[in-house]
Amino acid sequence: MITIDGLYKLFDGKDVLRGVSLGVKKGEVIALIGGSGSGKSVLLKHVVGLMKPDRGRVIVDGMDMSTLRGRDLTSLRDRLGFLFQGGALFDSMTVFENVAFPLKEKTKLNDELIRERVFNELENVGLSGSEYKYPSQISGGMVKRAALARALVMDPEIMLFDEPTTGLDPVIGAAILNLIDSCHKRLSFTGIIVTHEVPKVFDIVDRVAMLHEGIIWVDDTPEKLMSSSEPIVRAFVGESANSSIRHQSGNTVVPQRSQGEINEKI
Amino acid sequence: MNYIRTLGAVSLVYLRRMGVMGLFLLKTFFYVFVPPLKFTRVLKQIRFIGLQSTSVILLTGGFAGMVLGFQGFYSLSRFGSDAFLGPMVGLSLIKELGPVLSALMVTGRAGSAITAEIGIMRISEQVDALELMGLNPYRYLIVPNLIAVVISMPLLTAMFDVIGILGGYLIGVKLLGVSAGTYFGEMASYVDMKDIMEGIYKSLSFGVIIIWVCCYKGFYTGIFTGFGAEGVSKATTQAVVMSSVLILLWDYVMTSLLF
Repeated sequence: MITIDGLYKLFDGKDVLRGVSLGVKKGEVIALIGGSGSGKSVLLKHVVGLMKPDRGRVIVDGMDMSTLRGRDLTSLRDRLGFLFQGGALFDSMTVFENVAFPLKEKTKLNDELIRERVFNELENVGLSGSEYKYPSQISGGMVKRAALARALVMDPEIMLFDEPTTGLDPVIGAAILNLIDSCHKRLSFTGIIVTHEVPKVFDIVDRVAMLHEGIIWVDDTPEKLMSSSEPIVRAFVGESANSSIRHQSGNTVVPQRSQGEINEKI
Repeated sequence: MNYIRTLGAVSLVYLRRMGVMGLFLLKTFFYVFVPPLKFTRVLKQIRFIGLQSTSVILLTGGFAGMVLGFQGFYSLSRFGSDAFLGPMVGLSLIKELGPVLSALMVTGRAGSAITAEIGIMRISEQVDALELMGLNPYRYLIVPNLIAVVISMPLLTAMFDVIGILGGYLIGVKLLGVSAGTYFGEMASYVDMKDIMEGIYKSLSFGVIIIWVCCYKGFYTGIFTGFGAEGVSKATTQAVVMSSVLILLWDYVMTSLLF
């Protein structure tokens, strides 16, 4: 479904991507991990055509994103969903208007059907009751969920998540990942999740690709990655796992919350 | 040698930006004529650029006319020509001050806000979100502003002219004793349709300059200016300065062409 072939990208003379190659099969969800500034988000933006490569190709469903223009690009993007790191909700619109926006602009559905679809989608992401709030009036977790609802309302075949849990506390981050998993089970999209949420994300993905020094350093199943003896992988996965364990073991105090409280917060 | 190389590199950067800016305007004009037009957004922007600018236009227009009344009377009376106060105030306002000052006011009030709004949308990835929904950002963000300004600017300029002429009347006739008949009669004799059209052409082209520069600066926030809040503030300042300078430059060009 998605094939990235020898992708190069330079920024101010620095090669951020140095020949990245990666494939994602239809219905598969992969996690893209790597250090900060390693080029994960840049890679994701190449997949949707927001950035053009200096060299190499990104093929999405048989179409080369670097050469796609006009209506062809628009019709391919109609099949894509993208969850931005900051949500990218339109801040002058309510949550309802944000989710309804693509339906109003891209379909011929009447207002009643749009309303029904939006309310359904918001219920699926647990945002019932917040329909008429503005993005600035809701929490970071709720913004992410509203953005997820907006991305999913057009039933995309391909979903790309740019750090869906960044800036959220561990409990809310885990809830967002569970939400992504349940949406995948419902819609069977092909997905790439860019994340630092290691190893929590391993539970919901089929494969994990690690971007390091501008190339895909490792591309394997979560189980094999966890048992890898590769020093770079160990340093990244091991450290993340340890920090996660430290969190859970009580070295860092995480307040106990009821499920109701969590739902309210996220 | 290094000096020449640096000069060349800097020139290339600015040439490229000018090219991008030119293409930005061409694309905007292109999408004006490609349906669908976002009609409700056009109305919203007419309200913002036009209706909400009326108070500042009326205020500045009134005072500009009053100053012209004083200065004109003082200058003309030295030659015994104070009967020509009406034409002087009328022609100055209709041909020059009306279009230029209205445009500068709209730049400061609406243009800066448009740059900041689009700039914030750019840095918070809302523009990217539009694109990824398969929706054209030009159609949603730029074209409604251009149509709104083309409708609003001539009307705002006309208001500026009318209130300015009344301001000149207040000073010249009511305060300094020029006869009302002379003030308006001479004005009607010396101001013809060509002068009014010149003012309208100018206001239209100034409106296009405002939207072109302000939308461009907002659209490329974070690309040609810095990132974050500082980037937005820089883009807004640059938009206001560049629009104001271009308005005055273009005023000279149009005046010399239409003279």
